[in-house]
Parts: sequence; structure tokens; C-alpha cells
Amino acid sequence: MRVRVDQEACISSGHCVRNAPDVFDQREDDGVVSLRTERPSAAQQGEVRCAVSMCPALAITVAEE
Amino acid sequence: MTRPMADAPSQAPDDVLAYPMSRAAGCPLDPPPELSELRDEAPLARIRLWDGSTPWLVTRHAEQRALLADPRVSADATLPGYPHISESTRERRTNSGISFISMDNPEHARLRRMVTGPFTIRRIETLRPAVQQIADRLIDDLLAGPKPADLVQAFALPVPSLVICQLLGVPYEDHDFFQTSSRTLINRSTSVQAMRETQAALLSYLDRLVGQKLAAPGDDLLSRLAVERVSTGQLTRGELASMGLLLLIAGHETTANMIALGTLALLCHPSQLAALQEARDPELIAGAVEELLRYLNIVHSGRRRVALEDIEIAGQVIRAGEGLVIATDVANRDEAAFPRAGVLDVHRDAHHHLAFGFGIHQCLGQPLARLELQVVYGTLYRRIPTLALAASLDDIRFKHDGIVYGVYELPVTW
Repeated sequence: MRVRVDQEACISSGHCVRNAPDVFDQREDDGVVSLRTERPSAAQQGEVRCAVSMCPALAITVAEE
Repeated sequence: MTRPMADAPSQAPDDVLAYPMSRAAGCPLDPPPELSELRDEAPLARIRLWDGSTPWLVTRHAEQRALLADPRVSADATLPGYPHISESTRERRTNSGISFISMDNPEHARLRRMVTGPFTIRRIETLRPAVQQIADRLIDDLLAGPKPADLVQAFALPVPSLVICQLLGVPYEDHDFFQTSSRTLINRSTSVQAMRETQAALLSYLDRLVGQKLAAPGDDLLSRLAVERVSTGQLTRGELASMGLLLLIAGHETTANMIALGTLALLCHPSQLAALQEARDPELIAGAVEELLRYLNIVHSGRRRVALEDIEIAGQVIRAGEGLVIATDVANRDEAAFPRAGVLDVHRDAHHHLAFGFGIHQCLGQPLARLELQVVYGTLYRRIPTLALAASLDDIRFKHDGIVYGVYELPVTW
């Protein structure tokens, strides 16, 4: 799985960090999403899918590889 | 009810139901039955508003998520076709707006991003000990005082008000003024004149405060924005006052209603209350917060939007310029999204509820609201295990006219 985030679209809701804290992070100054890793481990993929479905700005996409 | 075909111009039939509808007598925690029936019939329906306009009502979870996240759907309250809640809210929203919640991108994003920094998950989590201390101290005072007591005044309003005052840098001693004014501002029945005066009084209060922060900045959000944004010309003083007003109102009134109404809901469901009292697992408390947000959905006047382009959805075409009322209260009781949706179940996985909205306008303060509710629901019933209503349900006054639902008072004893 490969994760991409759209920082322009992000509204800093933080759902991704709540769901998958080892994959996503928030910028200190405005809470916009950043990635800790583009390639989550097998164990993290469920959390990432949850983050994708909860993101209110549809700012996270995953490609299955 | 007849609905227009997808290829016909959208025209509302004469028999459309008036919105908002009333809740059923004896069921103050459930959405209006007529509204639930509309949801069960179709994902979209027409409704008639106070001004005779007949916007679309969006009733179901899937369509609401899709439309709230659709860039062809606008929150700009100055556009023709925008379905206003009342004459006085139309006046307020079209004259001075309420900062970025009634704007579209890119202006919305520019302003919102100036205030998102303090609301990251990490920063909000650092407030937990302070919020816990506030809750504990208020419960100490409540237990030391006379009973019965009004939980709204003694606990539900002070917890979020103290927290947001500290975060924004608003003096808490002004709480009577801003709490009373906020209630006026978010009531459908407020007259145009009263709305105008209350809005002006609150804005001038915030403007004075911004002036003080510019002269003598403190360690708070208003000071930071005054110094970093107003002094540098990125924000006008008026824009900051308007933004501060939004954060102050949204920061105390909504959470206060969730605390009091949530407590009432739990007192009406003793097995659910017992599950919270016995909970040692913070995950269970966090899940209960999501479930109460879903079940109560206190923003019960519908999210209001207007279509910028023709949008095809659920076999219908929403035409450019048509209004949308997105009733999250009934979507949060949609069986397709939440099996046994009418049941309050703190063990349920309710994380996908729409109580905070969806799309770019989803509640900015939700991490803070979650923290406050987790602390409150995890503390109040454990510390006062004998907490009980001191009035009959029939005697409790509900905010039927409020844009945000709740109770005016909650008499409790222990």
C-alpha cells in the first residue's frame, strides 16, 4: 500500500492522526497533514483505510501495490 | 409525495412539508417523526421553509457525506438560493457573516488555517490535565453546595467556557454576557432587531478585546493572531473580531449542550450510564462520546448549503442555485449506516457519525470538544454515582427553537 496526502485540500481535522498516529502527522503551525511514512506496514493498513474514510476533506488516497 | 424526474426542471409540489418539524411529545431525544419518515422514503425530498422557499432536504448518511464534501456545493450565505434558518439569521449572515464558516475556498482555507494550529491532536491532548482539574473542581463545588442544583449553570456551561476563555484569552468574568448573548444569536425566534443588537454588542466586545491584545499581548490565541496577523496586515481587526466571536460561541455553547443533554440521555438509559460508571478503559469512554454525539446530534437545524452547478445524485438533479438542507440528525439515525440506529448503545462503533458535519466545514474545534466530553463523561457519573433528575422529564425545557439543541436547565440531585 502506498499513501498520498493532499496538503492543499487538508482541513486539519486530525482524524488521520487519531486513527493511524504512526503513519500520519500534523504540521505544528496549522495542523495540516504530513506523512511519517508513505508505505504503512501490513499491521497499519486497517488504520489507514479508516483514516481515508473519515477524512472530511477527502485528502488521503491509497494505491494498493 | 411526487418528486421531479431527473430530466425535468426541479419544481416543488404544493404539498411539501414545512421544515423544521416538531419532535414528538414524550420523545425529546429523538428527531421529529415526520423527518425520519422522509428519510425512510427517499434520500432527497423537498421542504418548505419560513420564507416559502422549497429547497432540497438531504436525508441519508451516504448522500449527505457526498454532498458535504462536494466542491460544487457552497456554504456562501450571501448567494441567492441559500436556505436561511430564519429572517434574523438571514440578516446576520448576509450582513456581517460569521467568518469562514459561511465562505468557500480559497478564502475559507486562508482564514481557517490561521486558527487550526492550537487544535491539533497533540496540542489538544496537552490540555487534558487542565480540563480534568476544571471538571474536578466544579464537581467539588457542586457537591459542597445545596441540592437540587442546576447542572447547566453549575457544570455544563462553566467547563467549556473556562477552557475556551483560557485558550482564546477572553476574561471568564464576562461569561454572563457572552453566554446570554450567544443563546440569543443562535435562536431561530430571535427578532431581526434583537439579532442586530446582540451581534453588534458581541462584535464590539471582541473588537475591544483585540485592541487590548494588540496593546498588551498575552499567551493566548487572540493575542497571537492580533500580533502575527493583524499587525502584519493579513487580517483586519474586524475579521479577527468576527473569527474570535465564532470560536467563542462555538467553543462553549455546543459542548455545554452536549454535557447537559448527554447527562439527561444517560439518566434516561440507566444501563448505559452504568456502563460508563464502571468503565476503566478510556477507549470505552471515547466510544461513548462518539455514540452520544451521534444519538443526540445537537446541531438539529440542518447544515445549509446551495448548489453552484447542476449535481446528479440519487436519481435526481439538484439544479445550480437550489438550496440544500442537510439534516444530519436523521442521517445519524440512518439504519444503513448505524444498525438499530434508534438505540443508544455506548459500546457501538459510531465513529462515522455526522454530528460535526463533513467536508471542509467540519467542526474546527472537534478535538477539543472530544477531549472535554471524554473528561466530563468519564468523571461526572463516577464521582456522583447517585446522580438523578430532580424534575420530571415533562418539566424540563428543551431548546426547540435553538439552532443548537439542548436543555435550558437540568435540575439534578444526588
